[in-house]
Amino acid sequence: MNDIKVKVKDLSLRYGTNLALKGISMDIPEKMVTAFIGPSGCGKSTFLRTLNRMNDLIDNVSIEGEVFIDNTNIYDKNIDVVNLRKKVGMIFQKSNPFAKSVYDNIAFGPRINGISNKSNLDEIVERSLQQAAIWDEVKDRLFHSALSLSGGQQQRICIARSLAVNPEIILMDEPASALDPISTAKIEELIDELKKKYTIIIVTHNMQQAARISSKTGFFYLGKLIEYNATEKIFTNPDVKQTEDYITGRFG
Amino acid sequence: MVEKRHTSTHYERELRDVKESLLYLGALVEKAIELAVKALLDRDTEIARKVICDDNTIDQLDVEIEEKCIRILALRQPTARDLRYITTAIKINGHLERIGDMAANIAEKAIILSGEPPMKPYIDIPRMAEIARAMIKESLDALVNEDTNLAQKVRVEDETIDNLNEQVFRELLTFMLEDPKNIHRSLIIMQISKSLERISDHAVGIADMVVYMVTGKSVRHAPACESQE
Repeated sequence: MNDIKVKVKDLSLRYGTNLALKGISMDIPEKMVTAFIGPSGCGKSTFLRTLNRMNDLIDNVSIEGEVFIDNTNIYDKNIDVVNLRKKVGMIFQKSNPFAKSVYDNIAFGPRINGISNKSNLDEIVERSLQQAAIWDEVKDRLFHSALSLSGGQQQRICIARSLAVNPEIILMDEPASALDPISTAKIEELIDELKKKYTIIIVTHNMQQAARISSKTGFFYLGKLIEYNATEKIFTNPDVKQTEDYITGRFG
Repeated sequence: MVEKRHTSTHYERELRDVKESLLYLGALVEKAIELAVKALLDRDTEIARKVICDDNTIDQLDVEIEEKCIRILALRQPTARDLRYITTAIKINGHLERIGDMAANIAEKAIILSGEPPMKPYIDIPRMAEIARAMIKESLDALVNEDTNLAQKVRVEDETIDNLNEQVFRELLTFMLEDPKNIHRSLIIMQISKSLERISDHAVGIADMVVYMVTGKSVRHAPACESQE
């Protein structure tokens, strides 16, 4: 049984007067893949963003409840949000490498954190690209622009970039939805490898992807967490009828 | 031709695990048949009881394999040859479990017969058992090697067993007509012969599923009668 990495207690979120998340509570285990599924607008991406306080960047957002990472409430007043976002990295649906070389993309985070020694940076860049399963493809093009790579490769550069600052948790918001099946399969195989070291939390509108790669799945609907269970249970015999209706395609 | 491996090594392992479990189950049921017939020939009730008891292991493995297949269907949404493979595996699993039940039935009959004086030496029964065991092995080899020719051979061997079964029936009929005291034992021996005949039908079922898995064509059912013009 894995330890609990993230403990969410009764979390609610409003965009202005609009109640987007309603009393969410869940325990997310470490070094496993947890997936959130649900229809568009159900709150799963909003919820994901509460885990590294990305919603702070949106005006008019108010939050109630608590999010504990390793027993520390990340919404406490004295939390260093920049440090939080190193520890809890994020990968977005549309890959967003900087308009810089592959090398500079990966070295960016470490450099900001004060690492300037070239051989240290070289080592970090190579290690991160190896971990993101893209080293072989880019090792001879490290100083070419990251934007010259394919969509699937750019996404793996973004993953390598987040790995370079030693996260503990990696949040992924539909990381493969813009990719072709082969690139998607490579990303999924990469996630399978990464979960040995990192806690992975992924939002996906592709239920089959959640079924393939996650150990636990949460089903969200209209801002509420309807069911949160072992993935195998969700997809063979869910507890809640609404979950079963959704995954069997009975959308009503 | 070496098939390409799936991109997900985890999935590849899951598929291989199902095959290995089926082969293990096949080995268990083959052994069960061997021991059940040995119990009959040697009039050994201890061996017979072991076969009956060991059927629990076969039943448990049947449930485990089925759960593995359901899990793959739910979580991997297999298509094309993977889908045919998993549906084939589920059916083969069912055939093997029934073969295990037949072996246990034979063992039960062996216990009954051991309590009565022997009627005649067994010649056809052990022959049928040997052919049936070979058919199970060949059908599973056909699965592993995706060999439709071997699968077809299994179908042909079934005719030999059918003929032997009829031969046994005819011979036992003469014993029953000769002396009513032979009826009880003869009927039990006929049931054993029938069990072996059903085992060979299940082996054919496995072979037919292998053909379906490889070609996508279902060869399970021959037409029952000529269609009227």
